[in-house]
Amino acid sequence: MNHIAIKMLMGDRGKYLGIVMGLTFASLIMTQQPAIFLGLMARSYSFISDVGLPDIWVMDSKVQFVDDIKPLQDTELYRVRGISGVEWAMPMYKGLLKARLMDGTFQTCNVVGLDDATLIGGPPVMLEGTVEDLRRSDGVIVDIDGARDKLGKPSPIPGGKPIPLKIGDSLELNDHRAIVVGIAKVTRTFQSQPVVYTTYSRAKSYAPKERKLLSFVLVKAKPGQGLAELTRRIRATTGLAAYTRQEFMSLTYEYFMHNTGIPINFGISVLLGFIVGAAIAGQTFYNSTLENLRQFGVLKAMGTSNWILLRMILLQAVLVGTIGYGLGVGLTAVFGYSMRYSILAFKFPWELLLFSGGGVSLICIFAALISIIKVIRLEPAIVFKG
Amino acid sequence: MNPSSLAVRCQNVVKIYDTGDQKVTALNGVNLDIAMGELMMLVGPSGCGKTTLISVIAGILDQDSGYCEVFGEDLLNMSNQRKLNFRARNIGFVFQAFNLLPALNAAENVSVPLIINGMKRAEAERKAVAVLEQVGLGARVTALPSELSGGQQQRVAIARALVHSPKLIVCDEPTSSLDHETGHNVMILLKEVALHNDRALVIVTHDARIFDFADRIAEMDDGHIVKVKETRDKAKG
Repeated sequence: MNHIAIKMLMGDRGKYLGIVMGLTFASLIMTQQPAIFLGLMARSYSFISDVGLPDIWVMDSKVQFVDDIKPLQDTELYRVRGISGVEWAMPMYKGLLKARLMDGTFQTCNVVGLDDATLIGGPPVMLEGTVEDLRRSDGVIVDIDGARDKLGKPSPIPGGKPIPLKIGDSLELNDHRAIVVGIAKVTRTFQSQPVVYTTYSRAKSYAPKERKLLSFVLVKAKPGQGLAELTRRIRATTGLAAYTRQEFMSLTYEYFMHNTGIPINFGISVLLGFIVGAAIAGQTFYNSTLENLRQFGVLKAMGTSNWILLRMILLQAVLVGTIGYGLGVGLTAVFGYSMRYSILAFKFPWELLLFSGGGVSLICIFAALISIIKVIRLEPAIVFKG
Repeated sequence: MNPSSLAVRCQNVVKIYDTGDQKVTALNGVNLDIAMGELMMLVGPSGCGKTTLISVIAGILDQDSGYCEVFGEDLLNMSNQRKLNFRARNIGFVFQAFNLLPALNAAENVSVPLIINGMKRAEAERKAVAVLEQVGLGARVTALPSELSGGQQQRVAIARALVHSPKLIVCDEPTSSLDHETGHNVMILLKEVALHNDRALVIVTHDARIFDFADRIAEMDDGHIVKVKETRDKAKG
């Protein structure tokens, strides 16, 4: 009976396409919007994930997320280094500083100061130059997106694209000269500001004079040292906050989840996609069943059981669901691929396939259920009605 | 009439429709026997209970009281599954509006009862083509219902009613959607192809032009069989 169910479904091309389009739309919205949301949220902790080497991040106990810098005294670094189980501990400066560009305008940059000796915490991928080039006088490394866009030199053509910064170009950071010695690829941050890497001591000279300038202490645990135990020990000894990389990413992620309207905005989009998709697909599917009711009645009169009719409707729902889901997910993937070089945040983990698949399945179950109830209650004697 | 030669025996069958506000008695003590090899027509004014009676006989509607035996089986007391199997094996349907599945071609439509009975699709369609040839539609097996004339659609419906060799064929106004000549041809086909000694036909009709094809005509009114008369041919026979 399966081929009969499929032919009944596809017999009315308009309705069939309507159902598939409804489900495609729902699937697209339920996949694309969360993908953008996840991409955006991933940017909130991208700086942490880019710094791969340290096991533990130590900071002021009141820090709520990665950009919520509450500086420490430099002496805290030595206290952390003295704790047993610490292989090494390095300072890191992170702060927003204004860069004066060649045309005289200012651009806020995320300046990261790395330990002068080891340069630990540097950019994950170098496109031009090396991290060691930071040892050169006034050297800074600029991220490629910043170099191309916000820190770029003004175009000679009015309204034209900025000319990307290149090695050898200079910037002015808080009245200090900075020479570009490298171009790096970093994951875009939530605020999408240019990232400028330099040494810790140089970063301190760029920063406004304050008593405390140490943003984080990056810690590597000794081999065999449990991270949970070490973070507990650092907290107990110093009174500072200590998080593993994963914990710090979660802390940042949770902050954005609970303190911004982003999840609600995207949640509403996803919910609307679900509701509109369910309404279009559910109603069209139900209407299609209603129009086929006499045909189901004929099958029932000829001896088809409710169970087989139920299977036929479920098959129809699974078929349109699979096609609509596949199209929606495919369109999302195409969308993400076409936007890969744009500023748009987009993250498409496999779990998202399960999420949108679950949403489309719910719509199909709902659509099939209301149809099944109608068909099961159908009296076969309907076939003799004119 | 010898009970073993009976296809249908209805005794004091009552069916009342409860529409909420009122109760409508559709069958009010119907008594009717239909023999094997017989073409019985049910006639009468609209609302007299003809369609309800063939629905009960075909096992797609339960009577409220009385007894209706089809090929010795009491349909009322059968389990749903047995009744489905009984209908699938023993009953063929021909409808006024043909009720072909519009998305299936002629051969696929005719194969449906065989597939319901568990036959493989390819074999069922082969058999369906053979029956379509029998009803003169061998050249239109791949045509969709929308591509066929009314008469051709009714032939497909007759082929569908016959393909699984049921013992009882119930027809609801099989000629009323057709012009006189086509209706006449359909009746000839039904009588020639469908009627055998081991099969009975029950036809509900208003169409007086086809009364001559009947062996007996049961006239209904107000939920009763008011008269059963044998046609001239049968009386002579």
